[in-house]
Amino acid sequence: MKVTLFITCFNDTLFPQTGQAVVKLLERLGHSVEFPLEQTCCGQMHFNTGYQRESIPLARHFVEVFGDAEIVVSPSASCVGMVREFYPRLAEVSRDPKLARAVAALIPRVYELSELLVNKLGIEDVGAYYPHRVTYHPTCHSLRMIRVGDAPLRLLRKVRSIDLVELPNAEECCGFGGTFAIKNADTSMAMLGDKVRNVLDTHAEVCVAADNSCLMQIGGALHRQRAGVRPVHLAEILATTEEDGR
Amino acid sequence: MSRSNSKFHIPLTFQESARAALENTQLRRNLGKATQTIRAKRASVVDELPDWQELREAGRAIKERTLRHLDEYLLQLEAAVQRAGGQVHWARDAIEANRIVAGIVLEHGASEVIKVKSLTTDEIRMNEALGQHGVTAIETDLAELIIQLAHEESSHILVPAIHKNRAEIRTLFMHTLGISELSDEPAELAAVARRYLRTKFLSVPVATSGVNFAVAATGTIAVVESEGNGRMCLTLPEVLISIMGIEKVIPGWQDFEVFLQLLPRSSTGERMNPYTSFWTGVHPGDGPQAFHLVLLDNGRSRVLADHIGRQTLNCIRCSACLNVCPVYERTGGHAYNSVYPGPIGAILTPQLLGVERAGSLPYASSLCGACYDVCPVKINIPEVLVHLRAQVVRHKQTSEGIKGKLDPEAIGMRLLARVFRSPERYEQAQKLARLGQIPFARRGIIERLPPPLNVWTTMRDLQAVPRQTFRDWWRKRRVFGSVPKADADGVGDADGVDAEAAAAGRRNV
Repeated sequence: MKVTLFITCFNDTLFPQTGQAVVKLLERLGHSVEFPLEQTCCGQMHFNTGYQRESIPLARHFVEVFGDAEIVVSPSASCVGMVREFYPRLAEVSRDPKLARAVAALIPRVYELSELLVNKLGIEDVGAYYPHRVTYHPTCHSLRMIRVGDAPLRLLRKVRSIDLVELPNAEECCGFGGTFAIKNADTSMAMLGDKVRNVLDTHAEVCVAADNSCLMQIGGALHRQRAGVRPVHLAEILATTEEDGR
Repeated sequence: MSRSNSKFHIPLTFQESARAALENTQLRRNLGKATQTIRAKRASVVDELPDWQELREAGRAIKERTLRHLDEYLLQLEAAVQRAGGQVHWARDAIEANRIVAGIVLEHGASEVIKVKSLTTDEIRMNEALGQHGVTAIETDLAELIIQLAHEESSHILVPAIHKNRAEIRTLFMHTLGISELSDEPAELAAVARRYLRTKFLSVPVATSGVNFAVAATGTIAVVESEGNGRMCLTLPEVLISIMGIEKVIPGWQDFEVFLQLLPRSSTGERMNPYTSFWTGVHPGDGPQAFHLVLLDNGRSRVLADHIGRQTLNCIRCSACLNVCPVYERTGGHAYNSVYPGPIGAILTPQLLGVERAGSLPYASSLCGACYDVCPVKINIPEVLVHLRAQVVRHKQTSEGIKGKLDPEAIGMRLLARVFRSPERYEQAQKLARLGQIPFARRGIIERLPPPLNVWTTMRDLQAVPRQTFRDWWRKRRVFGSVPKADADGVGDADGVDAEAAAAGRRNV
């Protein structure tokens, strides 16, 4: 199958290794991948902060770039959520029926990575090998916005040699929330403090999630505390095989 | 009261109030413990019902339909109440509502009124308004009484004294009720309050109540409560004044089937609430001999007119959203500077008061969505939050003139939107970011940033922008057909890339 990558501006700029892992994984599974270089940002930060008007051109740009794709996949639950949940609203606000039609036609073809693998392709065992103690943080947008359910856990359970440990209060927000982390920094840090304590209680070496934004928040605090727990994106674990010698 | 009253008129932002609340470690402990307990209780009784999702859907549908024909149902309710011997008053705002209530109280020559816990009367600040006429309003709900004696504000819509623990309540009762011996056992604390309240129930001639539901078809009013104090207020006095927001009407009795399952399970985690009182007009020799119903708008018809905000009026005030909200759990209710705290307050208050007066509240959420999942009437709180944020920004851009236009956030957002509109500008910005971070980045990590981004680095390190973006890697890969193994794996390491090769790749594209 031909898969078009929506890597997201955040991953492109700050976490290129996640996109590389997606490429490696999908190619290993026999798919051909395409990355349109014209893609930029889905506009989530603008939209969530209240700059609706400013995010309309970004939605328009997005449907232009991805409109013809057979399948669009992204390693970011929150950016997929933006497209799926809020693009129809943006189309409504912009009063542009053409945009509304394009959005409606595109949405069924946009997937988050674990959704694509488990729900669309029916794969749980991707042949990964990851001999580490790992705990999974279900990010709010993967859990409650696009509802990937236990797809990430199904994939993780099939990884060879992984020691998967449950995260206490896993479903509670880490406190990132985009500009919330800046606008309400004190509250965000109070939420983060509890999340980090729960991560440390698992004695895991790695905290995994389907969104690098949340991992940046959790990982930022873990690094500050020199806690020795690494934040790693789901795609990177799934991409790792025994031949990698890791 | 005066302290908080001034806060109400010149509200602090959520950020300012939250900062103070977060420093109160006792508050955070009390709240964490209380909300976690209620949360677990709710989850277990909700799990018992196989048709919970269908019930939620039914609750939403009934509310939505009622709101669509609100004018008709309200007129129907008015006629039914009058038929049963009650009087109906319409109040456009808090001032009108208070004038009506005070008029009735004074007409009966009362200097005290007893109250059932009511958010609507808190919303219109009825206690203070009555106070100006020399009338004392006495709270009879245990938690409301605690708040009243402490001269504080409620911090939770269902458990107003959730921020206080037993030891604090014991001290308060000893000081305010003049008791010398008292333990902090809940039964003993409740007994003290009961003795105090009994004398009031039996002597005060006028009572006020809120309304959980009002049945349009029959004019029946319902109050749902846990302590029985409400039933005392509703049955013992001569005169009963009930004040309701206009959205509390339901079409018929059958609708209770849905709401009396949804409400107790969502609010207190009980299968059924201990006391549900219904009354219809007046009956000679039984209960209050005069009944007044005040229908309060106070901004609600404006909320109704907004097609996204309207769903806020579905709210049955169960407080499930408060108990599950990670923001509320840490800041408590006072940080919201409103009678309605937590997620529901964050959307209801700015709509009732206008975003220009409560513009920080729609931002008091990380949009985690937990509130939407527990809401028994399916209010999509995150959707309304972002809708209101857009109104806050629009207000800033249109009403604040040059100040709004020069707002650093607005400038930044506009600039970024411009950058993202063009792939070329976006890639230039990536390069600029890499250059701009040089003074701050050490070995791929940023530990300190200038304001306003320094709020990020007070507790968190930040990963620096690596030397190679994904798109650069992709270009290089496309040109060379494949990339060296170390790059292709890339897991956890994107820094070790040869900048020259990357540049060469770009040139060849």
